[in-house]
Amino acid sequence: MADGATRLFIPRDMAALALGADGVVAAVERETAKRGLALDIVRTGSRGLLWVEPMVEVETPHGRIAYGPVSARDVADLLDADMLNGGAHSLRLGRPEDIPFLAKQQRLTFARCGVIDPFSLEDYRAHGGMAGLERAAAMDAAAIIDEVKASGLRGRGGAGFPTWIKWDTVRKADADRKYIVCNADEGDSGTFADRLLTEGDPFTLIEGMTIAGLATGASKGFIYSRSEYPQAFEALQRALAVARRRGVLGASAAGSGKPFEIEARLGAGAYICGEETSLLESLEGKRALVRAKPPIPAIKGLFGKPTLVNNVLSFAAIPWIMANGGKAYADFGMGRSLGTLPVQLAGNVKRGGLIELAFGATLRAVVEEFGGGTLSGRPVRAVQVGGPLGAYFPERMLDIPLDYEAFAAAKGLLGHGGVVVFDDSVDLAKQARFAFEFCAVESCGKCTPCRIGATRGVETMDKVIAGVQTERNLNLVRDLCEIMTDGSLCAMGGLTPVPVMSAITHFPEDFSKGSRLSVAAE
Amino acid sequence: MSLIKELDYGTPIRLSEDEVTLTIDGVGVSVPAGTSVMAAAMSMGTKIPKLCATDMLEPFGSCRMCLVEIEGRRGTPASCTTPAENGMIVRTQSDKLARLRKGVMELYISDHPLDCLTCSANGDCELQDMAGVVGLRDVRYGKEVANHFETDSPLALPVDTSNPYFQYDPAKCIVCNRCVRACEEVQGTFALTIEGRGFDSRVSAAGVSFLDSDCVSCGACVQACPTATLMEKTVVEHGQPEHSTVTTCAYCGVGCSFKAEMQGDKVVRMVPYKGGQANEGHSCVKGRFAWGYATHKDRITKPMIRETITDPWREVSWEEAINRAASEFKRIQNDYGREAVGAITS
Repeated sequence: MADGATRLFIPRDMAALALGADGVVAAVERETAKRGLALDIVRTGSRGLLWVEPMVEVETPHGRIAYGPVSARDVADLLDADMLNGGAHSLRLGRPEDIPFLAKQQRLTFARCGVIDPFSLEDYRAHGGMAGLERAAAMDAAAIIDEVKASGLRGRGGAGFPTWIKWDTVRKADADRKYIVCNADEGDSGTFADRLLTEGDPFTLIEGMTIAGLATGASKGFIYSRSEYPQAFEALQRALAVARRRGVLGASAAGSGKPFEIEARLGAGAYICGEETSLLESLEGKRALVRAKPPIPAIKGLFGKPTLVNNVLSFAAIPWIMANGGKAYADFGMGRSLGTLPVQLAGNVKRGGLIELAFGATLRAVVEEFGGGTLSGRPVRAVQVGGPLGAYFPERMLDIPLDYEAFAAAKGLLGHGGVVVFDDSVDLAKQARFAFEFCAVESCGKCTPCRIGATRGVETMDKVIAGVQTERNLNLVRDLCEIMTDGSLCAMGGLTPVPVMSAITHFPEDFSKGSRLSVAAE
Repeated sequence: MSLIKELDYGTPIRLSEDEVTLTIDGVGVSVPAGTSVMAAAMSMGTKIPKLCATDMLEPFGSCRMCLVEIEGRRGTPASCTTPAENGMIVRTQSDKLARLRKGVMELYISDHPLDCLTCSANGDCELQDMAGVVGLRDVRYGKEVANHFETDSPLALPVDTSNPYFQYDPAKCIVCNRCVRACEEVQGTFALTIEGRGFDSRVSAAGVSFLDSDCVSCGACVQACPTATLMEKTVVEHGQPEHSTVTTCAYCGVGCSFKAEMQGDKVVRMVPYKGGQANEGHSCVKGRFAWGYATHKDRITKPMIRETITDPWREVSWEEAINRAASEFKRIQNDYGREAVGAITS
């Protein structure tokens, strides 16, 4: 580091890399060398404003100033415009915290993401990191869980189950070994919050899991990441090495006197491994078949031992809760959905990215205020919430609040917080077919409704789309959806009918052959 | 005489000093703690439909035929994987359950050849039985759908006849995993697995033929199979047995109990008997399959004796043979002491 050198922040996040962030770094190094400028480049995660990635920030006496989207060929021009002192330029976005997309968010879990050097424990601490763990290390297990209970935190993986109950079940289980497992197998299409956090602020996850270890009496944790996320996995490995070296992990985790170690593992590309029991089978080195419950993993999980399985976002919410108190977290949100939800906005939308919001904000705010409507400029026709197993909502239902109960009442789900926007060119009959197809491709093949039903769903939807005995086949699809909903072993087959039935219910005009086409032709 | 049909409780017997009492279809029943709802129902004679469950194997919960309704619980849990609890109120029959079971069966049959009359399991097929129980009358998914049984289907696989004693016909597989689990849990050989996932899933001897695999031909998988997918070649050739007798294996000293399943005086197959305390329904390849000696022309069926090793064998009555053995034992003990006589068995 050059003393007194200007600090430049350039993301190393997967999205930024895909958009040429490494090229920007190379161009900056080349151009500053040419000009004899001393510069300190810090590689960060992404703040989640994906439409302006690579977003480059420069540290000035007036705070950080962001520019984006920056390409390698913009660099010389930016330096000419005195970017290093926050100079004016068409790509200048101003102070990041003033950008409305960020300013209107409630960033608790993602407060540090894109801000800090992901592998600097000093930077992490300087931004409030470790305060939760240090507090937890001095508390007894039951008191930690009381704090989690007070926060009202519910599983952010999708099920929305009260987090403290799982923790308390594992704490009370009597066993010689217990495990903490982090589900980082983020497979839902349109979701990327786990990845952003893992790449941009991995210590938050490590801190959250370590607190969980202290609260449950588990001494070993596993993070199950995925092969599609090479940068995230590398980031985890680097951060874990730092955490071990600095005593956050080890024989006396964070000076608690209790041992806790974390190992990162990589999945091989099956969506079903995001289902917790299937994930445990995979972690044990077996074929990823879903297990029947009971027994629940909290009683008999990994290698037959009591195991706490939580999503990345659940663990990542914990450090803030422990540092600021469960009550402070519960002050955000509405009803029984407390705290914040990191929404991931994608699809046909002007401004896609990560939007951490207190529960209670409307879907319309997400799509219109944050997203700015469709990228194509055509009207929004449908929004799918909660990943590939979530419901398609029509534009008229966008005033639904982000709330587990409100979404359940609307026969949908918040899931992992993925929101995918479609304009009026979407054909919901084809989307219903896609739901079955996704299930057919990703089914583990254990239970009959999912194994055979998903394939029959694709075939029957093909008949509906082709106009073959439409009413009869549509009724068959409805019957099949009942069998899959009530008969499937896990949520994969059990929730596939959610997108299908929501499409049929809210967009019936797409399910009678050629009706939209013929209307258009008239 | 008739064929001995053993009761199948669906899940293994659980032993416990604690009892739980629950109500199934309005009738109270007490069972050892840990017993599944399915086995509890069976203990009072109520057979909940099932395909992947059998009391030789741990519950698996894949077929979804055994769904029940439990008061105060969401949805329709599988009775095989749900332990009975005190005060539980279970319904095994309702309109909804009937609809679900029939719907699941419709899915099964949409990928199953309808050749029951010429099938080797005809009359001894759990899939056939369950289709009957749920009253399936129509498969609405139609023809020309993805399947594993039409010879021109890209998913069709040839019948594996490499094992000398049984065959594997993937076209009839319902992927209940009973064979895979039997190989793991009963025999401990781990020769079988499921290959592919989703609709493509199919039983596989880990990618090679059964003969080339780690299979030791114990036959546990064949016994566990609810369809004609894994079937003794003798049954394929001769048809289903019509009566059976419980007997003890003639091989080693373990004393495994078997059902000798016969047509007239001919053995069609030997099936390990669950009531046998030495083997509890399992056996090795010899007793299970290597019984060809029973009708071999060289088989000795009458007692014989000879005076010296150089004399030819002479057929005698059982009485003479036993008397002879007894008198010789006494003579030898008289001449050489009581401990001069010993016995070896295997």
